Amino acid sequence: MKVLIPSPLRSYTGGRSEVEGAGATVVEVLDDLDRRHPGLKFRMVDEQGQVREHMRVFVNGESCRSLEDLVGPTDEVFIVQALSGG
Amino acid sequence: MAKPAAKKSASKNPVAKKSAPKGLPVVLVGTRKGAFVLTGDANRRKWQVTGPHFLGNVIQHFLLDPRDQRTLLIAAKTGHLGPTVFRSTDWGKRWKEASRPPAFPKAAEGETGRAVKSVFWLTPGLSSQPKVWYAGTSPDGLFRCDDGGDTWDEVKGFNDHPLRQTWMKDGGSADGLLTHSIAIDPRDAKHIYLSISTGGTFESRDGGADWAPLNRGVVADFIPLKDPEWGHDPHLFVMHPADPDRLYQQNHCGIYRLDRAKGETWTRIGANMPKKVGDIGFPLVVHPRNVDTAWVFPMDGTSVWPRTSPEGKPACYVTRNGGKSWQRQDRGLPQEHAYWTVMRQSMCDDGRDPLGLYLGNTAGEVWMSRDEGEKWENIARHLPEIYSVATGVRAK
Repeated sequence: MKVLIPSPLRSYTGGRSEVEGAGATVVEVLDDLDRRHPGLKFRMVDEQGQVREHMRVFVNGESCRSLEDLVGPTDEVFIVQALSGG
Repeated sequence: MAKPAAKKSASKNPVAKKSAPKGLPVVLVGTRKGAFVLTGDANRRKWQVTGPHFLGNVIQHFLLDPRDQRTLLIAAKTGHLGPTVFRSTDWGKRWKEASRPPAFPKAAEGETGRAVKSVFWLTPGLSSQPKVWYAGTSPDGLFRCDDGGDTWDEVKGFNDHPLRQTWMKDGGSADGLLTHSIAIDPRDAKHIYLSISTGGTFESRDGGADWAPLNRGVVADFIPLKDPEWGHDPHLFVMHPADPDRLYQQNHCGIYRLDRAKGETWTRIGANMPKKVGDIGFPLVVHPRNVDTAWVFPMDGTSVWPRTSPEGKPACYVTRNGGKSWQRQDRGLPQEHAYWTVMRQSMCDDGRDPLGLYLGNTAGEVWMSRDEGEKWENIARHLPEIYSVATGVRAK
């Protein structure tokens, strides 16, 4: 599936704003991204599995309620940095 | 609980002879928005700023490995991204991120676990431990790395200490509870000190498996207990490199000295500071070749703690007799309306003779003295707010 990457994380994707990911849930997609782009996941999800305070994940334009939310191969996952600070 | 018995002092007042470092002097500057390197000429008179590295990243600590003089280690995060550690062996041309940054273990199902918010402090191991680093974090955690900065593991004896919950008080600093001032006894790698803001100073004599408080005599006027065993707020702890039994600390409640060979109670040497200046501040630097010489940089700790230089007149204070008396050193520094201060990692020496002193301030300026604080000059300005300053040598 298509995963959109925000600018702070593009150092992990070779500068690409859009990459491929796979998985049946959001967290599986993030784990897959981390395999392809090592280090990416820990910068946006802490060691307790919580999305970091100023990061957000959307699936098909809807805010992700849980990293266990189901996703399909044609879905679009959008990782964004929250506007926090004006 | 480890027994806090002191070892016999290596020397009462050793003055180690040290040859001048070979290579150009460098000053590594970590700021709120990136890292910078200042490279000086051999006379320390002209300085060139290079960088930024990691523009936009909060750099809490930026060090050159003193053991190989080529590995740079940086503790970084951004406003959005989590904390990590980067390293470079080519002066920042290329950086590699830790493949396993400091992180607490995942909590069991249904339990609440801690997550590292920032890597706040880095300390290299001894020369006999060439790849070892320690990291202190917020919230208060201690981590160790044995491979030069790539993979970090918990020091469980500290992070899971049964008394840990009682040590820490009320959220600590503005950035939360912090582990800092990690110091390893050069005579014994298993003898480790660290400080927690707030929590106090602690030591381990078994490589980190167990920890004992070392706070007797230190004031904690923000705790409603008389002479608490822990809960203090050390801003910076320093073990003297020439005599590891000579300890200093700049605390939230004053400046202290402790000679382990003579007892276990800290003496408030800040009581000898001028009353109108007080003895509150963050940094403290010791002369590497004289155990009785140390510098502090006081800040206004009165009323609402503005955390600025007292009366807007920044000055260093030096003692040359172990804290019995202090002299003001402000020549070259602004004489009025300079409402900045210096953070705990942002003042250091360069080991040269005469000793060079360096400080980075909250206004993004770097100041240095080539004559042990007698005269100061500005060597960089307009940088972001400075969080750490460290020196090193770069081969020509």
